[in-house]
Amino acid sequence: MSAPPVKSNTRQQHRLHPLPVRVMHWTNAAAIFIMIGSGWKIYNDDVLFGFLHFPDAVVIGKWAQHGLQWHFFGMWVFVINGLAYLSYGIATGRFRQKLFPLSLREILATVGDALRFRLAHEDLTHYNAVQKILYLGIMAVGVLTVISGLALWKPVQFSELASLFGSFQAIRLVHFLCMAAIVGFLVIHVTLALLVPKSLVAMLTGGSAVDGKPAPADAAAGATP
Amino acid sequence: MSFRTRTLSLFRPQQPIDQRVLTQHRALVDAVNRRGVLRGAISLGALTLLTGCDVTEEEPVQKALRAVSTWNDRVQAAIFRPDHLAPTFSPAQVVKPPRFNAYYDIEDVKPVNGATWKLELAGRIDDKRPWTAPQLYALPEQEIIIRHICVEGWDYIGQWSGVNLKGFLQRVGADLTAKYVYFHCADDYTESIDMAAALHPQTILATRYANETIADPFGFPLRLRTATKLGYKNAKWIKAIEVTNSFTETFWSKQGFNWFAGI
Repeated sequence: MSAPPVKSNTRQQHRLHPLPVRVMHWTNAAAIFIMIGSGWKIYNDDVLFGFLHFPDAVVIGKWAQHGLQWHFFGMWVFVINGLAYLSYGIATGRFRQKLFPLSLREILATVGDALRFRLAHEDLTHYNAVQKILYLGIMAVGVLTVISGLALWKPVQFSELASLFGSFQAIRLVHFLCMAAIVGFLVIHVTLALLVPKSLVAMLTGGSAVDGKPAPADAAAGATP
Repeated sequence: MSFRTRTLSLFRPQQPIDQRVLTQHRALVDAVNRRGVLRGAISLGALTLLTGCDVTEEEPVQKALRAVSTWNDRVQAAIFRPDHLAPTFSPAQVVKPPRFNAYYDIEDVKPVNGATWKLELAGRIDDKRPWTAPQLYALPEQEIIIRHICVEGWDYIGQWSGVNLKGFLQRVGADLTAKYVYFHCADDYTESIDMAAALHPQTILATRYANETIADPFGFPLRLRTATKLGYKNAKWIKAIEVTNSFTETFWSKQGFNWFAGI
């Protein structure tokens, strides 16, 4: 809708994570927490894999109806917040600026660095290729989660959509795999956030002021390498 | 009761709600309510983060979650497509016998005597004369081969025949502008569906499964089969049908399951 809020003449520059991003990030965190915990409760009533049953200690809801209640409450938070986030990211140019361009050469180089534990993360304003792929990928997974969830919720009203998946159990499987992908992402995401605590602080406080362009490595003032 | 260790199915009896706890803490609960919805809403999210502490059954939390469930009823009614047909299948895909489910086990089913059974009609219906099984079985039949989806997550293809519910309601002079159709069952089960679902072309009063009279565990002599609702909405062993504008909670909605339960 509007250009990036960059005011070059003022000292008041926008932060690495503007307030709307932080609010939506933590709203999403709460929604994901509810959706996964209650989803596990729902899953337990008719498991897809005989070997996998989520322990009562990690599910949300004591009885089946409670898991369902949480899930069909959380879906609104997840979807509305997610739509707001995607609209914001596209309209403000944040996605374009943070996640693109994405070149194959950069990806290969970063993966190589990552495997040799040489990934630099001192500059929070710049995402490396692996980060770009992870963030783009998890957004795509989020969209597929909602689409498969919609097909699961209303396989008759949205039978055209549901038929794309094949059987009803196939929809469940896709929805389950989306959850697994999100859990996998969370393991990496949370681990790295804890390894680089300033990134966690930045998502709470907004981080340092940036001018909208990828900053030099020393722009993250006071940050430990 | 120790039913839970026996099976994880949600359609098995669960521990009854102990009303004494609510009565004892009535004053406290009222006090909490008066402190405002906003505070409750904020703490709702925060409380979920407390591991090992189940807040779901606390009254303010249940109130909020059930309010969302009621909102979801409205959303489902709004997106319901009255003439949109559910996918149908071939007789080769039909599972025989159908899958049993109730709030008790199959061996506890109390068969209904078809010779003495009568279907009572109540509420906004002109002709309330009861129907015998032979009368009902003589009505024109419609067959639907549709997917049964249980809220638990499983599904199967079933082949059901019986009189179209809309046709039957018209025949007895029911008020088709009323809001709900209630089903009262021989096992004290109750279910109700919205009128739009009742009038859907794939909603029938089933009397036969896979071309044979429905067996006892599956609802003989009369059960509901609608392609637009989850399994638990499909009342079995129906003994009375009531057309009404007043809403009363049904067997599962009382326990917190979504009432509309559309698919």
